[in-house]
Amino acid sequence: MSIDPRRWRWAAPWLFLAPALVFFTWFKFVPIVKGLIMSFYKVKFSGQSQWVGFANYERALSDAALHAAAWNTLIYVISTTIAGALLAFAVALVLEGQALHVRIVRTAIFFPAVTSVAILAEVWRILFYPAAGGVVNSLLGLFGVGPQGFMSDPNQALFVVILLQIWKNIPYNMVIFIAGLAGINRELYDAADVDGASPLRKLWHVTVPGLAPAFSVVIMLSLIRGFRVFTEIYTTTGGGPAGATETIMTNIFKTGFDRLDYGYAAAVSFLLFAFTVILTIAHVVVKNRLART
Amino acid sequence: MRPTFLQKLARGAVYLLLVIVFCGPFWGIVATAFDKNTVQPGQLVFWPSVPTLDHFIYGWVKVKAWLYLFNSLVVVIIGTFLQTLVSALAAYALARKRFRGAAVVTLVILSTMMLPDEVISIPLYLILHAKLPIIGVSIYNSYAAMILPIVGWAFSVFILTEFMRAVPRDLEDAARVDGAGELQIFWRVILPLVKPALGSTTIFGFLMIWDQYLLPLIAVDKRELYTIPVVLRSLRVDEILQQNIFIAVTVIATVPCIIVYLLLQKQFNRGLIAGAVKG
Repeated sequence: MSIDPRRWRWAAPWLFLAPALVFFTWFKFVPIVKGLIMSFYKVKFSGQSQWVGFANYERALSDAALHAAAWNTLIYVISTTIAGALLAFAVALVLEGQALHVRIVRTAIFFPAVTSVAILAEVWRILFYPAAGGVVNSLLGLFGVGPQGFMSDPNQALFVVILLQIWKNIPYNMVIFIAGLAGINRELYDAADVDGASPLRKLWHVTVPGLAPAFSVVIMLSLIRGFRVFTEIYTTTGGGPAGATETIMTNIFKTGFDRLDYGYAAAVSFLLFAFTVILTIAHVVVKNRLART
Repeated sequence: MRPTFLQKLARGAVYLLLVIVFCGPFWGIVATAFDKNTVQPGQLVFWPSVPTLDHFIYGWVKVKAWLYLFNSLVVVIIGTFLQTLVSALAAYALARKRFRGAAVVTLVILSTMMLPDEVISIPLYLILHAKLPIIGVSIYNSYAAMILPIVGWAFSVFILTEFMRAVPRDLEDAARVDGAGELQIFWRVILPLVKPALGSTTIFGFLMIWDQYLLPLIAVDKRELYTIPVVLRSLRVDEILQQNIFIAVTVIATVPCIIVYLLLQKQFNRGLIAGAVKG
């Protein structure tokens, strides 16, 4: 009895897909479903978990610490997104082109973007050391500004970690903007020249509209990544001082791994997940609308 | 219109400012790590007054930076390899085969791009603790716990699928006429043609895995298994190291990413743009 190879043709794609499906299922989909189920329980690490219905979600609605963390996250996301996009746009305008020296500068300023966040955090803690001898404090001293508390000052800590994120994002965003600049039709600039447009008018009427897709990508990636920020905070301030830099994810981490309140942590995670999905879908809708016009 | 001398000077000044802002801190930590004079916390030197390798040697041997670096390399090398292989296999099926359910599988895999890994950390932690089906052991506190969860990565499946779709059908048909099987077509025809894309997904996978923080944090609790980004914080919090030594360990941790980036810069930029435009 011979096996007809054509009869087994249908199996080929599934054999190629099998490893991926196993990994995605066990480490992505099972956790999602498990997380969703857990969010309706009071979870005990050992022993019987207890069904609590929507109690975890109700708790999230009235949890002052979580609300404070959500507020910090919102400030963090909005400021890193806006500043990260505008500054990267400016840097891209300066570093556009193929000349050798421009390429070297582009390569050089990319270091923060490819270095692990945990390392950048340590660099940041050194730079913003809250004593007169710290690097940034010494620089400020040159301008007659006294030593600042930075990440040990509840009023400044959030601002300093926001700066870290902007610093890391600028080079990334810059590459996207530079790709966008290369795609703008040269004839539009020539036409503007013929009309005698000033450089500023060209920037506003040709460059900025031409970069609309790049802006859309940069802003949405930054929004989506920003809301789940964890490592940047955990490694710099750990959420402190006095909760000044607590974000949704550091709050979840503490709820789950310090207080072992897995069910509640899973519920908040799920809310964050749902929010991210909505944002992503909004992004796709906006992008398609931009592509059509 | 040729730029005037003043314009050139202004441009040069802007370049210099950018380089100082983005590279200056790295220069500072490298110089300080090489400086024999000990610095106070928060201080960096511009140039090592008396150059020495002592801090690196102490950090490498006594602080065991070699061990954490080794752990990181094990995770990142095996992880990147498995991730790229699994993604390429899946992409081959999705890009080159028509079969029932293809659209659903594509959607299901791509939908995980919306999933921030952070939000599944709590259930993932419990799953890593649980015994695996069939083999009946838990992978918690092992390299596997840090590697296996990142093997399935939608971004790399997505990029490879896009590039494999662009390979002309004729090449595959010609190979088929010559009697090549599926695996041979995958390995000999398709993979070599998407090498640039493989380069991009490899470097992105490398950096993504190297940058993992939350996963190793929840996947292991034995110090001997810590990766180098994870150990930095505990070195700072648990042990009072002399500042130059701590900085030397930080420099050791920085080197691999920078090397990989400099070597594979072209692939990196291409991947970044492909990911941004299509993702």
